[in-house]
Amino acid sequence: MIQLINSILVLLVLTGFMLLSSSRLSACIRAIAIQGVLLGVLAISMQDGQLSAAGVLFPLSSAVVKGFVLPWLLFRAMREADTVREIEPLISYNLSIIAGAAALGVSLWLGHRLQLSPQPRSSLLVPAAFFTSLVGMIVIASRRKALTQVLGYLALENGVYAFGSAVALRLPILVELGILLDVFVGVFVMGIAIFHISREFDHIDTDKLEALADRLS
Amino acid sequence: MLSGSILPLILAAVLAPLMQAVITRTKSVMAGRLGQPLLQPYRDLWKLLRKGAVYSSTTTWIFQMGPPVGLASVLVALALIPFGGLPALSAFSGDFVLIAYLMAVGRFFTVVAALDTGSSFEGMGASREVTFSALAEPALFLGLAALVRQTGHLSLSPVLASVSTATWMHAAPILSLTLAGLIIVFLAENARIPVDDPTTHLELTMIHEVMVLDHSGPDFAMIQYGAALKMWLFAAIIIGVAVPWRLGNRWIDLGAALGGMLVLGIATGVIESSMARLRLLRVPQLLLVAIVLSALALAL
Repeated sequence: MIQLINSILVLLVLTGFMLLSSSRLSACIRAIAIQGVLLGVLAISMQDGQLSAAGVLFPLSSAVVKGFVLPWLLFRAMREADTVREIEPLISYNLSIIAGAAALGVSLWLGHRLQLSPQPRSSLLVPAAFFTSLVGMIVIASRRKALTQVLGYLALENGVYAFGSAVALRLPILVELGILLDVFVGVFVMGIAIFHISREFDHIDTDKLEALADRLS
Repeated sequence: MLSGSILPLILAAVLAPLMQAVITRTKSVMAGRLGQPLLQPYRDLWKLLRKGAVYSSTTTWIFQMGPPVGLASVLVALALIPFGGLPALSAFSGDFVLIAYLMAVGRFFTVVAALDTGSSFEGMGASREVTFSALAEPALFLGLAALVRQTGHLSLSPVLASVSTATWMHAAPILSLTLAGLIIVFLAENARIPVDDPTTHLELTMIHEVMVLDHSGPDFAMIQYGAALKMWLFAAIIIGVAVPWRLGNRWIDLGAALGGMLVLGIATGVIESSMARLRLLRVPQLLLVAIVLSALALAL
């Protein structure tokens, strides 16, 4: 079982790098979808043996929402905004990968330093969770397209979810369902916002929206 | 020092061109063609060996040194590579470092010979080759270091000998990451598609092939044969990790490794048929991914 958990965590890290290195939006969306499914499998495999109906149903519904429903919404937003790839990120893809490698180093160090009271099942859990969140932050900060920033937000959420499964054996179902609903509504609203931005301005480059800000001058 | 078996070296020397033929044949079949006979690389080598070499009057002895040094360095490196459970001809602590730098010596002389011709195309190819190999080298080293760390041996023969099904059972993520990194290095170092197209006929887009445009006859045969041996070398390391079954019977183990080489050849042909070559600017990104994969394998 520990091998399965470790393999899932390594795949989680690899999808993080896929998100960082790919310029095609469809590949990025697929990376996020794979992450969602992986996290569902991770949550189920974490509770080896004592499977309860809620313990299986909840990760399953989370995997379905994150792996299929949200990607579908995002693909729709991509089609409507008529963008296929992130043309020019603020930092180059090579630099993104190097930043990702640095983030991985920081996460491994943090995971080593952080002493959690119930030792997590795998020593990789905390680093992988931190890394996924950091990848989300790098993507939000370094990409221009609104859609890619939504993907960064989702990666950030995935990291938090993975960390949650590392520290808490089981969150109250109500809390988890609430989070899932929040994410769903968030992406739904962002999809609509992206559509409106692209219809209004013919592109979804967020850095050009700065011109809308109130300036003191 | 010479404690191992000479069989891996002989197998490499005899079968290396066949592996290239397997790749070419796979590509032909995928494209719906019949393909050239499997022995065609041998015939090409024989044909080239009987021809005379032409040397431009602007070149010096450096140009003539390139192919022999390239071939010799690969042959020496192959003497350190174990195959199919058989130990290499020679093995000592840290021999994998020597292997990497023997490759670098061969590459250095190929590059210098290319620059010696004074052709601008060859200079471009040399520049690209050096750029990409500088990025492939850390990936190779980190991958080998991950294997060394995992198995606790410092020489390639015991390292590959101790990768067993049991190792795969308890370190599958590490080994598969290493393998992925090594396969990218394998494609990059041997000038295959996504990095370089070995069949292209446009000098502007070539990397490896453009450096050897001016070599002819026996010199070119040495380069072709050296390239085949180099591919065998990287493939042997990959198969050493990817085919972990050690049944004890040396002939079965050897057969499994040879089968693995066949599968790797076919897989390379399938990759070449199904992918387009990357833009030159994107190649460093692919190699960076290989470095990250290997580094991750080492860090876990």
